[in-house]
Order: sequence, then structure tokens, then C-alpha cells
Amino acid sequence: MMTRARLQELLPKLVLSPSVALVAVCVYGFIIFTFYLSLTDSRILPSFGWVGMENYVKLFKLSHWRTAVTNLVVFAFLYIAICMAMGLMLAIFLDQRIRGEGVLRPIYLYPMALSFIVTGTAWKWIMDPGIGIEHTMHAWGFVDFEFKWIKDRDYAIYTVVIAAVWQSSGFVMAMFLAGLRGIDGEIMRAAQIDGASAFSMYRRVILPQLRPAMLSAVVILSHLAIKSYDLVIALTGGGPGRATELPATFMYSYTFTRNQMGIGAASATIMLATVAAIMVPYLYSELREKKQ
Amino acid sequence: MTAPRPSRILIYGTLGLFALYYLMPLFVMVTNSLKPLAEITGGNMVALPQEWTLAPWLSAWSTAQIGVDPSGLRPYFWNSIKMVVPAVAISTLLGALNGYVLTKWRFRYDTLLFGLMLFSCFIPFQIVLIPMARLLGLTGLAGTTGGLALVHIVYGVGFTTLYYRNYYSAFPTELVRAAQIDGAGFWQIFWRVMLPSSGPITVVSVIWQFTNIWNDFLFGASFGDIDSQPMTVALNNLVQSSTGVKEYNVHFAGAIMAALPTMLVYVVAGRYFVRGLMAGSVKG
Amino acid sequence: MAFLEIRGVTKSFGATDVLHRVDLEVEDGDFLVLVGPSGCGKTTLLNMVAGLEQVSSGEIAIKERVMNDVHPSQRNIAMVFQSYALYPNMTVAQNITFGLEMHKVPKPERDKRMREVAELLQIGQLLDRRPSQLSGGQRQRVAMGRALVRKPDVFLFDEPLSNLDAKLRVTMRTEIKKLHQRLGATIFYVTHDQVEAMTLSTKIAVMDGGYVQQFGTPKQIYDHPANVFVATFMGSPAMNLLPVTVTDGHAVLADGQRLRLANAPAGAERKALLGLRPEHFAAPDDAAEGLPRLKGKVSVIEPAGSDTYAVAMIGDCECTARLRADAQVQPGADFEFACEMAKASLFDPDSGKRIE
Repeated sequence: MMTRARLQELLPKLVLSPSVALVAVCVYGFIIFTFYLSLTDSRILPSFGWVGMENYVKLFKLSHWRTAVTNLVVFAFLYIAICMAMGLMLAIFLDQRIRGEGVLRPIYLYPMALSFIVTGTAWKWIMDPGIGIEHTMHAWGFVDFEFKWIKDRDYAIYTVVIAAVWQSSGFVMAMFLAGLRGIDGEIMRAAQIDGASAFSMYRRVILPQLRPAMLSAVVILSHLAIKSYDLVIALTGGGPGRATELPATFMYSYTFTRNQMGIGAASATIMLATVAAIMVPYLYSELREKKQ
Repeated sequence: MTAPRPSRILIYGTLGLFALYYLMPLFVMVTNSLKPLAEITGGNMVALPQEWTLAPWLSAWSTAQIGVDPSGLRPYFWNSIKMVVPAVAISTLLGALNGYVLTKWRFRYDTLLFGLMLFSCFIPFQIVLIPMARLLGLTGLAGTTGGLALVHIVYGVGFTTLYYRNYYSAFPTELVRAAQIDGAGFWQIFWRVMLPSSGPITVVSVIWQFTNIWNDFLFGASFGDIDSQPMTVALNNLVQSSTGVKEYNVHFAGAIMAALPTMLVYVVAGRYFVRGLMAGSVKG
Repeated sequence: MAFLEIRGVTKSFGATDVLHRVDLEVEDGDFLVLVGPSGCGKTTLLNMVAGLEQVSSGEIAIKERVMNDVHPSQRNIAMVFQSYALYPNMTVAQNITFGLEMHKVPKPERDKRMREVAELLQIGQLLDRRPSQLSGGQRQRVAMGRALVRKPDVFLFDEPLSNLDAKLRVTMRTEIKKLHQRLGATIFYVTHDQVEAMTLSTKIAVMDGGYVQQFGTPKQIYDHPANVFVATFMGSPAMNLLPVTVTDGHAVLADGQRLRLANAPAGAERKALLGLRPEHFAAPDDAAEGLPRLKGKVSVIEPAGSDTYAVAMIGDCECTARLRADAQVQPGADFEFACEMAKASLFDPDSGKRIE
């Protein structure tokens, strides 16, 4: 009887333990392992010759890595800014008692259901000068039309932005729309009685209340941006040259094709640190709020 | 609030324009997958096919060159299915159990534990690639569908736990207490009281996991081999293959095939798909 | 030994005590109501009796068996929850018999008992419905049915009427009382509503701040409140508390008016609070001969149909008096109130305790 009661007491923790063990080993254990590797002279295989911070020093001296980081900054900034602006505009417009909202909403959102590989493949050919937009415009008679960004080292990174925005902006729209719909109608009625115009209503009353939705959107988008790997692989393969390399593709190629595992591990550690700097405070505040 | 007339025209115009922007790639993929190759290279990307053909689809499915084999996407499609089904089922069940324990059998530091599990959803997976490759190699799971499914379970369980935890925390604790007084134990409460009321969140969790795992590329490319690579990896191989003529129509057909299962889920259960996305921003 | 005994029970979360050494005794067939404002610890106490929360120190015993380490399902208790806590995925019949099924009662017996309960509560036509298809009052009945079918030693009720609208609440209150009279069950009932407490109980424990302020019969609680909290919490409108000076058998108000006390405390002159319930006032014409009178200036008249409430400044204290519906009283006018001093209470102004 006593042992059975004891088992009942332990049961919840027992049930939780497989997941906890998996996460402990495969997430936190692996993080430590990778961090450790980043301090060793591992090349094609893990090896345990201690080199201290050498890999990090090397990493930041590599122009390849610096290109990847610069690209990420440009890409993340534009991706987040455009997604937010488009999402907000579409959400506000859709919130104006639009006929056909039920048709438009799923159209805006469906790209989120696709794989980045599919998105990349589609946009790769759409932006390809040989068969895509340029080709089509020429066929329509605009023979001077030029759109070769995807082949241009200076502009190729923007094609990644275009495809990524296409995939994610609808989702941002949905988040904002949910935020708008969640605002208490009485507050809007009160603002109208106070004589607020439609514009000042949005600026002074509604947008401030969307702040939680905006914060969530920024966090999710920046997390997606840092993880971006598949889209670049499918769209440009990191090229032309290294023009669209991102830290994610850099890590993969240094670790698995260039056999510089130590440097690859160092780059992965930097990526994790960046994500953690964004996610940890966010998750912490979300979980704390929940407690109250 | 209804805006005056001229601005309503502007609003409808803008909304319509964006609808075209979102639909255009899908339209291009579908129409060009039904054209002979010559019509694409010689013609217009947005024009409807002059000669309708299913040949690109058949080729993409069963004969196109993927890597070294002219196998088409068919075997990889089944690889994906064999990986997705167990991974979704197991990660969802684990998530349900975890959510149940974390909300109804609370203990010290449970929120911290949940926070650690939740953070695991958001790590850049590059950080685990090297050790995971080692682990799969050591356990003989490298290059197997089972190994890939395991990887997806590990990195998906944080999300499913998040869903069920948020759902169950709104589930009245009084019901659990009533069941305890009625004499139900841990498992009876789970199977008889909690799970029968978890339909909506289970749909969300299954859709989310299905979409994520089906669409994954990084793990498939890192840990899969010819017998276990999923559809996304095969599609990329098909498109990137440098030998021979680029068969755009076949690529488009392949892209649609890779997109079809998740699109189907989206069409059938879009409502739940959106809910899943939103829950990804933690707030349930 | 009592049927249900709570002996020196304390509950603490970390360093804070939410319940302080509670002692209560309930006899077989008693209807005990725990009443108090929210956060007074009454639900915590109920949960400890149910076994849903651990006892920090002290003992809880039912039928002389100490229950501290007994699982809720083994205590032979049943509980009716505030939200009813009906299993949403089960029909009414399944809800009622779930507990019996868990206790491995054979199916024919389960069905027999369910039919008895369904007949008793007149819910026979609802047995195949799900909780979402029931009205509030019907859910309430099903929740009670689930408790009744277990034939427990003690029924626990956690604010069972608070989710019902005012009219239904009164009806269900009467039904619970009828049920208690018919079955002679022992009931442990928690509420924040003092009217429920007065009407239902055979014993009341008034709680505040984690302490049992007074434990007694409804009459004791109402007529002889142990302290200012009990005096003002029980009864509506609340008891009037007039600051007075007690000297040689009289209470002297701030403005000098004197009232002869029926039971004057012995001892020297002292400050006190004179407690008079609204119904202890009357218009002079309606009152018995020889009652002492108090002058006051009426500020508001609230006709309530059966009675008229007059709010008046007496001394420097705003008092409410319950007068007959046809009492001739005008706002703004001076009025003389006859006071039933035999029923008055006196309290110490510092400790709040009753002065005998």
C-alpha cells in the first residue's frame, strides 16, 4: 500500500522524464559539446586538442564569415521591417469590414504552409532572367526591362528578402489582425465619442495596444532569420559567389564540406548566443506573465 | 468604422494587388508544370499552356534524375511519410503527457523545466548538428528513417508540450479534483478526463508537427541518405542537379508535389493551422 | 467523539500561515456552513477535509479515523464544486456513475443507484445529455447527483450556488435544505453569502484572516456575535455600531443622548461600541411601551416593498433602521427611533471583542 502510494506520487515525474532526458542530452548536452568543440582543433572529425579561443579569432578574421554576418544583418533588418510594415498595413486594411475577407486571408497566409525549399525553387525560376519576370516582360514588348538581381553579387541578397517576405508576411498579418480583433470595442467607441479621427484612433489608441503582438512578431521573425538555411540553399545556393551566404550556410559548409569543424562549431555557438540574447528575455517575460 | 469612398477603393485595390502577389508564384508553378519545356524557354511565364501535358508530373514522380538515380521523387515521398507519421504521433503524445503533468501535477521548479524545454524549440539547429551526427553514427541510426524521426521528436517535443501546457492550464483543475475524489488515478484522469477533451489542441499539434517535419530540410540533408532522405532534400537535388538541360516544368511539378501535403492540410484545417502558428509566439 | 473533527489544523505556504489552529466539531447530520469573505481560508479548509490539500499541522478525523494521509477517494466523502466540474466528454449518466466505476462497483448496482438519484433529483430525462447541453440549474443537480450516488459519510459543498442567477439560487437553496432534511446527511458547506449561511446551516463557522472568528448555531451567531467582524459580516444591512461611553448602566452617545442598557457590564466607565441591528429600531407608534428612544436626523429613505429602510444620523454615526413599509418618515426630518435594548450588543472598541 505504501509503495503504491509512493509510485503514484512519483508517476508524474516519471512520465515527464523521457522528454526531459531527451532535451537535456540532445539540446543542452549537445550545446555544451559543440561549444567544447569550438575550443578544439577539430577538423574532419571531432578531436580534443585544446586551442582556446583560436577558432573564434580565426572566424572573425575570415572575410567569408564577415560577409555572412553582414548579409544576415541586411537580410534580417529588411525581412523584419518589410514583413512588419506589410503585415500591419494588410491587417489594418482587412479590419475595415472588407467584403471577401474570408477569401483574402487564406490567400495571404498559405505560403507559410510551404517548405522554404518550395518557396526557393519557385522564386528561383520566377526571378531567373532566362525564363522569369525579365523574360516575360520582354515577351510583352518591354525589351529594355531588366531584372537580374539574382545573378548580381550586390543585389542577390535582396532576392532572398523578396522570397522570405512572400513566405512570412501573411503570418505577421494574421498576428496583427488577431491583435486588432482582440481590442475592446468599447475603447474604440469611447475614442470615437472623444472625437478621434480614424488616423489618430490608430496612432493613439489602437497601435499602442498592438505592442505585444508586435513584440511577438519581431521575436519570431528574427529567430526565423537567424535560422534561415533552406531558403538560401534552394534560391541561390549562397551565390553568386558568396553573395548570399548566411551564418547558417557558412556553418554547414565549414563543418561538413570544408572540414573545419572547429570553426563551424564556433560559428554555431555565435548563432546560438545571438538567438539566446533575443529569446531568453522574451520567454522569461512570457512565462512570468503567465504565472500571475 | 467605415472609411469614406475614395479611400475604400484604395483599400480594396491594395488588398487585391497583394492577393495577386501571394498567388502569382503558385499560379506560375501550376501553369508551368503543365507546359512542355519549349513553351517555358520560348514563351511567357504567366501565360496558360498552349499544349497541356502531364509529362512533367510523371517525370518528376517516377523518372527524373535525383542525384545519381533516375528514380523520380516517388521513393522520397514515401521516405517523408515513413518519417513524418511516427514522429508526429510520438511527439504529440509526449507533448500531451508533459502538458498534463506540468499543469495538473505541479511540482517545484516545473516552470523552469518547462522554460528549458521551450527554449529548445528556438535554438538554431546548427548548434546540435555535429553531436547529433555523432550520436546517430554511434547508435547505427545514421541514414535511417527511424533516426530522422527520432531527431524530429527530440526537437519537436518542446512545441507540443507548449501547446498542451497552454491548453491544459485553461482546463479547469476542479475537474481533476473531482476525478480524484471519484477515485481516478493518474492514468485514468489522463485517458478518461483530459484526453477526450483535447480534440482541438491535438489537431493544432498534429498539424504544426506535420507541417514542420514535412517541410524540414536541414535535418534531412544532414542525417539522411539515399534510403531515408525526405521529399524536400530530393526536390532540392532535382532542381540543383547540374547535368543536362534544366527541365523547369519538371522542377515546378516536383515543387508542387513537395508542397501538396502541407497545402492540403492548410486547405482542410486552415483555422487550426493559424492557431498553431499563433501559439508559436508562446501566448496560447 | 464527534462525527467529523478538525483538531488544531494549520495550513502554511512557506512562512505564511493561511489557517491558524482551527478547531471544529461536526455531529452526524449536522449542516455546517463555513462563511467568510474571499481569502479567509474557508476553501483551503474544505480542500484539506477533502484531501486535496495537505494539512501542515493538526488532525482531521472522520468517524474517529484520522484522515491526514488518506487519499481523497478513500475518505468516503463527495464534493460539489463551484463550477460543478462535470466531465465535459461524458453524459450525465456517465458523470454520475464515474466515481462508482472507479471504485469498482458492479454495473447493475451502479445503474440502480443512478436511477435512485435521478429520481430523487428529477433529472431522469437528462441522463443521455452532455453537460454543455444543460442549464445552470440542471448542472447543479447533476453535480449533486454525482455526490449523492456515492452515499458518502460527508458531503462537501464549495460555493455551489455562486454561479447561478439570483432567482435560481433561492430555489436551489431550498432544494439543498430539503435534501438535507430528507437524507439527514452530514454536510460541510462553504460560502461567502451570509444569507445562505443563515438559512441552510445547523452550525456556522465565521472565518476571517485565517481564523475561525466564531463557531455556533445560526441563532448564537446572529444574536450574540463574538466580535465586531461577525456582527457586521452577518446580517444585511449590517449591524449599526454606535460609539458610546458606558457609565452606571447607561450608554452615552457622542451628542449626549443616554440609553439604559438591559445588561450593563460591571466595572468602571469605559468606551464601547453599541451594536444595534436595523430591526432593533422601530417607529415609536409601532414599538412596545417604554422602550428608550433615540433622536436622529433622517437623510435617506429606501422603500424596499415589505419594509422601509431609513438612514439617519444618530449621535455622530450613520445608522440604518428597518421600519414598517408604511412608516411616516420624511428625508431631512428629525425622527425618534424606539430601540430594543434587550437585543443590543456591546463591543470593546480596541479589541473588537464582545463585552458581556
